[in-house]
Amino acid sequence: MSRWEKLKRDPRAAWAAFILIAVLLAVLPFLADTLLSRTWVRIIDFVLLYIMLALGLNIVVGFAGLLDLGYVAFFAVGAYLYALLASPHFGIHLPFWALLPLGAGVTCIFGVLLGAPTLRLRGDYLAIVTLGFGEIIRIFLNNLNAPINITNGPQGVNNIDPVSFGGFSLNQTHQLFGINFSPVHNYYYLFLALTLLVIFISMRMQDSRIGRAWVAVREDEVAAKAMGINTRNIKLLAFAMGASFGGVGGGLFAGFQGFISPESFTLIESIMILCMIVLGGMGNIAGVVLGVVLVVALPEALRYIGPLEQALFGRVIVDPADLRMLIFGLALILVMLFRPAGLLPSTIRKREFEAEDEAAVKSEART
Amino acid sequence: MTLLEARSISKHFGGLLALDEVSLSLQKGEIYGLIGPNGAGKTTLFNVLTGLYAHDSGEFFFNGEELTGCKPHTVAERGIARTFQNIRLFANMTALENVMVGRHVRTRAGVIGAVLRGSRTRKEEYGIRSRAFALLQYVGIAEYANNLASHLSYGDQRRMEIARALATEPKLLALDEPAAGMNATETAGLKKLLEIIRDDGVTILLIEHDVKLVMGLCDRVAVLDYGKKIAEGAPHQVQRDPAVVEAYLGGVLA
Repeated sequence: MSRWEKLKRDPRAAWAAFILIAVLLAVLPFLADTLLSRTWVRIIDFVLLYIMLALGLNIVVGFAGLLDLGYVAFFAVGAYLYALLASPHFGIHLPFWALLPLGAGVTCIFGVLLGAPTLRLRGDYLAIVTLGFGEIIRIFLNNLNAPINITNGPQGVNNIDPVSFGGFSLNQTHQLFGINFSPVHNYYYLFLALTLLVIFISMRMQDSRIGRAWVAVREDEVAAKAMGINTRNIKLLAFAMGASFGGVGGGLFAGFQGFISPESFTLIESIMILCMIVLGGMGNIAGVVLGVVLVVALPEALRYIGPLEQALFGRVIVDPADLRMLIFGLALILVMLFRPAGLLPSTIRKREFEAEDEAAVKSEART
Repeated sequence: MTLLEARSISKHFGGLLALDEVSLSLQKGEIYGLIGPNGAGKTTLFNVLTGLYAHDSGEFFFNGEELTGCKPHTVAERGIARTFQNIRLFANMTALENVMVGRHVRTRAGVIGAVLRGSRTRKEEYGIRSRAFALLQYVGIAEYANNLASHLSYGDQRRMEIARALATEPKLLALDEPAAGMNATETAGLKKLLEIIRDDGVTILLIEHDVKLVMGLCDRVAVLDYGKKIAEGAPHQVQRDPAVVEAYLGGVLA
């Protein structure tokens, strides 16, 4: 056993690591604020938001193996639900504690509604249909401003109430122990708490009777049926749970941004979220988290290429805006080439890719 | 006592009549063989019985209750478990996890139980695990419990599939060519295992091509040919039935 292995098994080391991570997470926004800039605190907030979304999609795609390309629809439903029930648009101002469970519940129903017609579909066909659903939702949001103005169409909904608990609004700077907590800091702690909850739920689900049933459906649906798994319910449950995570994320997004429009919920969003989980390691919670951090933070970090060019060559040769998507795309290709199962693959995915390699070696040996 | 009764089951695929008014009845505690040439409709009968295919006409009665048109998961819940001709494993799960999936239908924990993981869920989970391990021991592959299902040898995959089916606590175990591709030693081992399962009170419905296995193991045998039942009875009677000889060897020798 190596020293590292020994250390990993030591309960004191585990506690030390736990405390270290907890402290790090607690002071992270202040670190980012001092070392980088206020913008980075905002980026970290978005990382947390996307972790919630990605873990929701991970239940559908990673656990149950249902390729959903319209996931952003649930994000949109959650966001619009919050926006319409907490803004001057209708003059309704529901409190956050009511909106959060309501958002989760309503998107849950949407998950079942969109999931039900796709139950007989698999693979490519499922992907196409869910992609269609995603677009339908977006186009509805875009056009539901006439004859009755429900969504305010392409202009979107403005002046959405910020998240607040009683009189404590997250959108104001508060002072606590002489430290200033600006809005982005406040949201950070709320998002962190909910992200940790979502991670906890995901972990518990993965290692449970339901989690095994999801994997069984993914591996062989016919055999799963013959083992007495009600595949219809188990798939709908995956859709519903995934959707509710997306819905909660959407509500938070609306409250955080204060403004939403259908433009935020395009197909590319669905694809980016899928990218995050594929890149990080589909089905593995730690992998998904890593994937989100990379996909959200990397393009932001690549903005520094501009100043870097300035320093190196005295002028900006290539516009960083062009270069960063190029580098980002290249990074994706490299990861997929060298780590096809993702950066941190789940044990089951790793096995799958290893099994495929073995099969390839065997068939080569035969020829 | 009759455990399973099939009354004039018919099923066609387009213009092909795969099952033509097939009737059979299984007694509790027996091993019932279903034989016939390739394409005779044996597997179709299995698929209709376990709810994977909808059939055209006829009825099933299982344990005194009507079973016609039930969904596959309901069939499993009522107590019929099956294996597949071309083994269907959860390939990337371990042998133990595969069998644990079989416990799904006899356990209850839902989302709330999974998230809160209270004492009842923990107890149930422990029960699932220990029962699954016991079943792997029962079929004789406990040493491979943590191996990937796809890494097991062919014969062991068959055994694992039987263990997974037994995990659903079936009254009737339906095996679709369990000895296919096995060597003589493995087949002898399988025969012993099936006898033990029968002695433990599980009725067995067996599709098999290995005539020696069928003759040595089954209490009664039915022969299907072109979707029709052409003979039924004790193995040695069926063996001499002219219709059976004709189905297997063609008309010339009959």
